[in-house]
Amino acid sequence: MKQFQYSRPATQQAVIDAINKPGAKIIAGGTNLVDLMKRGVTAPDKLIDINHLPLKNIAPVKGGLHIGALALNSVVSENKLVVAQQPLLSMALKAGASPQLRNMATVGGNILQRTRCAYFYDTTMPCNKREPGSGCGAIGGYNRMHAIFGASDKCIAVHPSDMCVALVALDATVIVQSKKGTRRIPFADFHRLPGEHPDLDNNLAAGELILGVEIPDNNFAKNSYYLKIRDRQSYAFALVSVAASLELEGNTIKNARLAMGGVAHKPWRLVEAEKALIGKPVSAETFNIAAQIAIQGAKTYGGNDFKLKLAPATITEALKHASGLV
Amino acid sequence: MRTGSNSIPSSGGMSRVDGRLKVTGAAKYSAEYEVKGLTYGVLVGSTIAKGTIKSIDIKRAERAPGVLAVITHLNSPKVPGYQSATNTPKGQIRIFYDNKVVYNGQPIALVIANTFERALYAASLVTAQYNNGEHQTRLTDNLQAAFSPKDDNEYKRGDPDAWRSAPVKVEQEYLLPSEVHNPMEMHAIIARWDAEDKITVWDKTQGVKDTQTNIALTFKIPTENVQVNSRFVGGAFGNALQVWPHEIAALIGAKVVKRPVKLVLSRTDMFTSVGYRPHTWQKIAIGATADGKLVGINHHAVGQTSAYEDFAEAPADVSRQLYACANVATSNKIASLDIGSPVWMRGPGYATGCFALESALDELSYQLNIDPIELRMRNYTDVDPESGKAFSGKFLNDAYKLGADDIGWSNRSSKPGSLTKDGWLVGYGMAGGVFVADREPATVRATFTDGGKLIMQTAVSDIGPGTATAMVALAADTLGITAENIRFDMGDSSLPPAPQQGGSTIMSSVGSAVFLACKQLMEKFKALGDSSDYAQLLKQNKLPKLEVLIDSKAGTEVDKYAMYSWSVHYVVVHVHPVTGVVKMEKVTCVADSGRIISPKTARSQIIGGAIMGIGMALMEEAVIDHRYGRLMNANLGDYHVPVNADIPQINALFVNKADTNINPIGAKGMGEIALIGMAGAVANAVYNATGIRVRDLPITPDKMLGALPHVA
Repeated sequence: MKQFQYSRPATQQAVIDAINKPGAKIIAGGTNLVDLMKRGVTAPDKLIDINHLPLKNIAPVKGGLHIGALALNSVVSENKLVVAQQPLLSMALKAGASPQLRNMATVGGNILQRTRCAYFYDTTMPCNKREPGSGCGAIGGYNRMHAIFGASDKCIAVHPSDMCVALVALDATVIVQSKKGTRRIPFADFHRLPGEHPDLDNNLAAGELILGVEIPDNNFAKNSYYLKIRDRQSYAFALVSVAASLELEGNTIKNARLAMGGVAHKPWRLVEAEKALIGKPVSAETFNIAAQIAIQGAKTYGGNDFKLKLAPATITEALKHASGLV
Repeated sequence: MRTGSNSIPSSGGMSRVDGRLKVTGAAKYSAEYEVKGLTYGVLVGSTIAKGTIKSIDIKRAERAPGVLAVITHLNSPKVPGYQSATNTPKGQIRIFYDNKVVYNGQPIALVIANTFERALYAASLVTAQYNNGEHQTRLTDNLQAAFSPKDDNEYKRGDPDAWRSAPVKVEQEYLLPSEVHNPMEMHAIIARWDAEDKITVWDKTQGVKDTQTNIALTFKIPTENVQVNSRFVGGAFGNALQVWPHEIAALIGAKVVKRPVKLVLSRTDMFTSVGYRPHTWQKIAIGATADGKLVGINHHAVGQTSAYEDFAEAPADVSRQLYACANVATSNKIASLDIGSPVWMRGPGYATGCFALESALDELSYQLNIDPIELRMRNYTDVDPESGKAFSGKFLNDAYKLGADDIGWSNRSSKPGSLTKDGWLVGYGMAGGVFVADREPATVRATFTDGGKLIMQTAVSDIGPGTATAMVALAADTLGITAENIRFDMGDSSLPPAPQQGGSTIMSSVGSAVFLACKQLMEKFKALGDSSDYAQLLKQNKLPKLEVLIDSKAGTEVDKYAMYSWSVHYVVVHVHPVTGVVKMEKVTCVADSGRIISPKTARSQIIGGAIMGIGMALMEEAVIDHRYGRLMNANLGDYHVPVNADIPQINALFVNKADTNINPIGAKGMGEIALIGMAGAVANAVYNATGIRVRDLPITPDKMLGALPHVA
């Protein structure tokens, strides 16, 4: 790989100064970035190590739970507050990667991880995300893992995270800091669709550092489920995953959250399907209707045609688990 | 000797003699030797599948820090063995020989630098321009162009069309994708020229003697001037059975920089440049009588190979031999594609063939409404239907029963989709495996010292099954001395000759030599005096040591008997009725491979094979983008092999009856049969659970959707 500089600015402020320089890139757990560097997909001039910053806290804040950007995926997944209040997040984290990776990967890094599209990683292949204008190798190629929602003719890659699927379902907020101060980005607005610029994964501006995420309090703890369908039982990306959270009043669905992974360039919130659940009784029929609404507008590319069947099946099954039907 | 019992305790037998070395990191693998003046090589692969190199720019790489040489076809020193085509080792690309590109990822340059990192960086700076040819990489588009390789035979006995007029028939096609060996250890070589005509290598190989001969031929130097060291091998499964172009590249590089070169393949190179199990299409037609007697079998296979080597397996051969059937026709053809050459991979041919045959037999069992075990018993044979010879030892019927009892076969429902547990569909499946039991010539030198130590030496490699452990156990058993007093030296080409570790031959071949050497030592001790305290006997006779050299090989028994090992695999799967996810619930594997010498390592061997079989059944598939002829999942993140979470309890059982006709120890190989049949057992269980018959592996959730039975 290309030679690069490495620095570890002492303070948060010094980090923000450092990442304002061109060619600088933050490294935390490095579980994705190092791969990208080894494969020649990314070649930063300077790595800014932030692992020492005090951003590992998991603590209640007014109306919600704050999780620091440097909290490890493994730590968050086992945290008592998270397990008790936001079990959906714990389940999603445990479905991701492998224990070894979760012990290294941070919350901020998980949010910023890049697609696992094979064409993105193979520098001999066309990829508009890696090299704008070179074309999309996955369209007409190996696209079994690829998007069925929100893709463009420039890119059909998916965001690979499980954690983010839970966070978008839970209406989390990403808190970022730059020289201009802090700003709060609703999770659903954080990642982008590929459109004309698949090289841009998200709306984080240059010079911004993720401080953490906040999850507002909710009443979903009793009825949440994360279901991930994959080609092996661990250490595989989702063919399709579903985050489902319900608030029940007797047998009636008072509130619902539904999101999918493995289907779009961003964690895919299913607002219309949620609406179809609210006020309805817990039943297989209710869930089937919601699942059919969820896949309206889906478009497939050959290798991923099966997701038209797998996605609704997974939604139905996840809702059954969340509601206690199974 | 332990004979005639299947009651081997699960924890019984010796632990690995090198286990501690391996788990503490003290065992040195080929890349780990510290050699003075070492340099580091990194290969550059082609980015087209077919064509010629128009130009190759190495200037930037040459100027990069620490770079000692960049070698391409334009500047490579001539390799003497490459000059005459007849001397080219079979199936090799002549590396850096000309500008031809024959597959995507083919090595086209070698960068050598004073550190690995510098070589890796410089390799990224090499760029090539090509004249693109039109490539063909899709097997199923090229079935019509398939041909019979020179050494293959199309086989017929009886009436090949007899199956057509049988009352009950199955005629189906089966597809196996390419699978990659993926041993934990990458291919690695340290290559050093000790003189103009003298070479030492530390190299990952399944046969130090074969590697020695091959290198000597390639560089036209005397065989004894090539020293090959391969003391530990971190798995190979067949992909270290031949010398590959990267090994020659390292030697070319070492010659150029006049220093030793270490070359470790990347994981991606492990997918593209050291073989794989070939993508294979098969068609089977079986006819049977209403009471389940096989009337006829047709089994035809087409496997893919490269444009430069006619590599051929014989998947259809299993149908000649596994069952009593008078009318059989088989053929094994190959189709040349613009891809890298395949190579032998655990259970070569037979694993592919048994998936198809045992799936087809399962399909037949449902049509006949006969239990799959019963169907196999009705077609059981004690003589080889092909040669008419008796089997040297076959107790497969015992294996069927042992496994059926262990898995709880009586709980199986003969109606697919009718058993459930906790909302999942439950299925039982079984399938058998078979592999030739060969015995190759092997020589062992055994030295007994007056200190009471036995040292055995032979040039075999141990790719992981525990060869040293088994040989020490056998010698300890035979001589009646403790294992701690025995040392087994191997993995060194200067030792007495042994066969390659491949084809499940080592226990039978080297084990027999070890046994005979021990017996000869005992006879010599007997002549010295009447005592079993051998050290004392030597001292009394003022002898520092006693040494024997035993040449052992098969005799006339091969003319009398047909020799095979058998296995039968039983599995229980759970299939999710909504998402189609398949989970392995329980596995029982039974081996009929003669006497078990080393129970603990034998169990490991079976468990490892079963896990590979689960990978074959449920997830392994090398994917090519045919527009580019390039592998798209050449890494262990995207090419899935089973992880712990995929693997249930696996029970390994042994018939453990000695094959008294094959060799003096009664033991046969089991490395291949551990895998062969497993994928069929899983596919059959999935059918039993769901009524969905998947004939194109792997059985991923997407192939299950749409026809899953409803579970209340």
